Amino acid sequence: MLNTKIFERSAIGRLLLADKAGSYLLMVLFAAMVLVPLCNLLMPEGSFLHIPTYIVVLLGKYLCYALLALALDLIWGYCGILSLGHGAFFALGGYAMGMHLMRQIGERGVYGNADLPDFMVFLNWTELPWYWYGFDSFFFSMFMVAMVPAALAFVFGWLAFRSRVTGVYLSIITQAMTYALLLAFFRNDMGFGGNNGLTDFKDILGFNLQSDITRCVLFALSALSVMLAYILCRAIVSSKYGRVLVAIRDAESRTRFMGYRVEHFKLFVFVVSAILAGIAGALYVPQVGIINPGEFGPINSIEIVIWVAIGGRGTLFGAVIGAAAVNYAKTYFTGAFPEVWLFMLGALFVISTLYLPKGIVGVVKQLQDRRAERNAPTSQGAES
Amino acid sequence: MKLNHTYTYSVFRFLLLCLVICLPMQSTAAPIATASQNELRDKDASLLLNELITVKSTSDKVNLINLIASSDLSQRVAVLEALQAGDLYYTKKGRQLVYAHSNADGYSAVAVISGEDLGVVGSRAVRKISINNELRTVLRGVLAEIALRSDDTAVRLQAAKNLVRSPSPEFLHAIERALLMETDAKVIESLRLAAAMVNLNSDEQVLRLEAIESFRGTLDSDAMSILAAMQLTDSDGNYTEKDDLVRESAAAVLKEMRSEAKIYKLIENTFFGLSLGSVLLLTAVGLAITFGVMGVINMAHGEMMMLGAYTTYVIQLLMPNYIDYSIIVAIPAAFIVSGLVGIVIERGIIRHLYGRPLETLLATFGVSLILQQAVRSIFSPLNKSVTAPSWLSGSLEINGALSLTYNRLYIIAFSLIVLLLLVFLLKKTFVGLQMRAVTQNRAMANSMGIRTGWVDALTFGLGSGIAGIAGVALSQLTNVGPNLGQSYIIDSFMVVVFGGVGNLFGTFFAAMSLGVANKFLEPFAGAVLAKIFVLVFIIMFIQWRPRGLFALKGRSVED
Repeated sequence: MLNTKIFERSAIGRLLLADKAGSYLLMVLFAAMVLVPLCNLLMPEGSFLHIPTYIVVLLGKYLCYALLALALDLIWGYCGILSLGHGAFFALGGYAMGMHLMRQIGERGVYGNADLPDFMVFLNWTELPWYWYGFDSFFFSMFMVAMVPAALAFVFGWLAFRSRVTGVYLSIITQAMTYALLLAFFRNDMGFGGNNGLTDFKDILGFNLQSDITRCVLFALSALSVMLAYILCRAIVSSKYGRVLVAIRDAESRTRFMGYRVEHFKLFVFVVSAILAGIAGALYVPQVGIINPGEFGPINSIEIVIWVAIGGRGTLFGAVIGAAAVNYAKTYFTGAFPEVWLFMLGALFVISTLYLPKGIVGVVKQLQDRRAERNAPTSQGAES
Repeated sequence: MKLNHTYTYSVFRFLLLCLVICLPMQSTAAPIATASQNELRDKDASLLLNELITVKSTSDKVNLINLIASSDLSQRVAVLEALQAGDLYYTKKGRQLVYAHSNADGYSAVAVISGEDLGVVGSRAVRKISINNELRTVLRGVLAEIALRSDDTAVRLQAAKNLVRSPSPEFLHAIERALLMETDAKVIESLRLAAAMVNLNSDEQVLRLEAIESFRGTLDSDAMSILAAMQLTDSDGNYTEKDDLVRESAAAVLKEMRSEAKIYKLIENTFFGLSLGSVLLLTAVGLAITFGVMGVINMAHGEMMMLGAYTTYVIQLLMPNYIDYSIIVAIPAAFIVSGLVGIVIERGIIRHLYGRPLETLLATFGVSLILQQAVRSIFSPLNKSVTAPSWLSGSLEINGALSLTYNRLYIIAFSLIVLLLLVFLLKKTFVGLQMRAVTQNRAMANSMGIRTGWVDALTFGLGSGIAGIAGVALSQLTNVGPNLGQSYIIDSFMVVVFGGVGNLFGTFFAAMSLGVANKFLEPFAGAVLAKIFVLVFIIMFIQWRPRGLFALKGRSVED
């Protein structure tokens, strides 16, 4: 009993007690973090409880998407910034991770050059470009995973929010940003592998990327990251600071007139969101084994918005649910009926905006409310 | 029948005499040729051409070639060209002159005089009419002269241009003779250039200086490269051109030509930029209606263009015999198809989402996915090729440095016409008045008796229909495929946002300036980097003027 009291008093505990759905989500994530690797590693193959490695990788991928969706829900759901370029931050984090993994290949590349990645040898480059310096260090790379998206978000956000670029204009210029990056990364001269991107990774911190244990650890790390990110986002939106964000979302000018520096609030949350997206990208790359400019595609960024919209905007756990649900549907339908998938996805967009303005979470809540209403029909009159 | 060589020769001389006398007579003969005269000519033709089989020595062949060239035989050009290409053979049996092309089974042969197709014959059954370098030179000159005397100005111009590209002293007489008779200014210019090219290689300094002077004012790229080559030095530091006077005069003329060419390059770049801007204008102007006037972010706008492009393709399939006119039918057809789809989307989806721009964005993106997949399922995911009508190909040549292609000229004109029609529709018609009224104050318009719902549908249909028309234009420029729209949607949004939402003039100005900026950046930065620069520029520009170049002013603008 003492334990529960401490829990209730602690900051996180108070957060989670107020957020029932969130605590369920964290429990599910924690269970997955523990059970999935166990079922993969300990259960014998062919056993009912055995989870094959490809499923572990797939689930890990969903978790990265969930983290990305969480990042977007933080700014779109709570601050009304609809970024159509969040894929850019994800991809930049991924590239930072990919550069580290490229440096780890060392002499094992096709050309056996210890100093240069294969594609640079192929392009007849003689020395490493300056912006590749330092990426052989893991800690520097992890720093860059967060810093590169953060820096871009800071510069972009500082310019955009200061000039009060809002609404659809902001959406369109974020799209232009990711499109410009897409074009830039496609160029061979940029030194990021051009069209093919970065691939053929061998190991991370000395652990073989193909081994089951590494994959399970990466999965567990992804689950842990989603949990931590969830708690962070929940803490932000529940604080006084979060209330201001919601105020900005609902009436930006009024908030400004009340004396809040709207652009500072927006900029902070935008940078946090970009860092989360970058981390998602960094977790994604070692599990999938490739990062290429396609990740910058405007369509990818719009898909993130769809996950959040379908899951339920402005709820945080809705974003996680949406990312997992839509991606599961994508995996299933592109395998089973490839022709139908785009029809399905398109219809999902239309139906979810027309009939499910609050997403899956909204529907569940509506059903719960209706049941509560039926159980206590008398109390309704008193409330209203 | 084996003929004695000297006998053959004397026959040949006799014939030569006869023909030289009688051919001009024939050409000036009475216009109504009788049957017997025609027979006679065919006989002459066969006699003359068959001489090619019998004569052996090079000098005889030269005479014979000249004779054939100065005759008025209908086959003369074909025969001489075949001879030059080494495709002229004769059959051993029957000694018949044939055009032959070798293939896997032997030779496919066609008789020269009767035009009869002899089918495939064995490689032993025919023998080639031999030819050497001297004869090739003669043939080149003779063929050039025939072409220079053609009645068709285009053929003469082409021949003169070929001479400019391969100057050689043996053409000089032909060129000078042609210059005396030529009337067309362009052909005369090319011929002068060709003569100068030949004279440039002569031994006499005066001729060479004169040739260099005559380059002044022309902008021929071959001439420029020759003049530039004269300024080069070899590894010892000596000029390749030994004659100082010639070299200096060449340098002076070259400088003048280059500065003039630079101006034309500038004009050409501007023209390319304007044509690119016109494409942007066409793709963006529909969006300027749906996004600018109605405030609806239509992510399916690109797919409306795609539908227009596919309509062009289908119309072309429906009228395969009238490809040249199909595009004219396609323009209204694409407008109707895309416009109807637009109206359906507006009534079915967007109507429910007014005032929620971000939700509209998502829903229309869903529509775009559905449309793409529908096209993929119906027409296959592969690109379809749309044939360009013949009147779109070719180019308008201003001078040696500047030629404007017709398809670019047409697209500039077309986009301007579309824009003007649209402005007219919005500003001068009753429907346009209603559209503006609804966008300015929906409630007031409604209470004045305007059916706002229908006006919304019509406005959206109009914007979509114009996207369809843009699709017709795009089908002439790029591949028609399911992803056609995606590649233009971002550019279109940039143009509308840059120009200022709700302002057609702004859209026009933005499209043209972005097009020109893109083309002027390309030589320095390459196509991709130029595009990146333009995107970054727009992002920065939006910071400076968040509502575009020509922003609407007033209270209604604020949210």
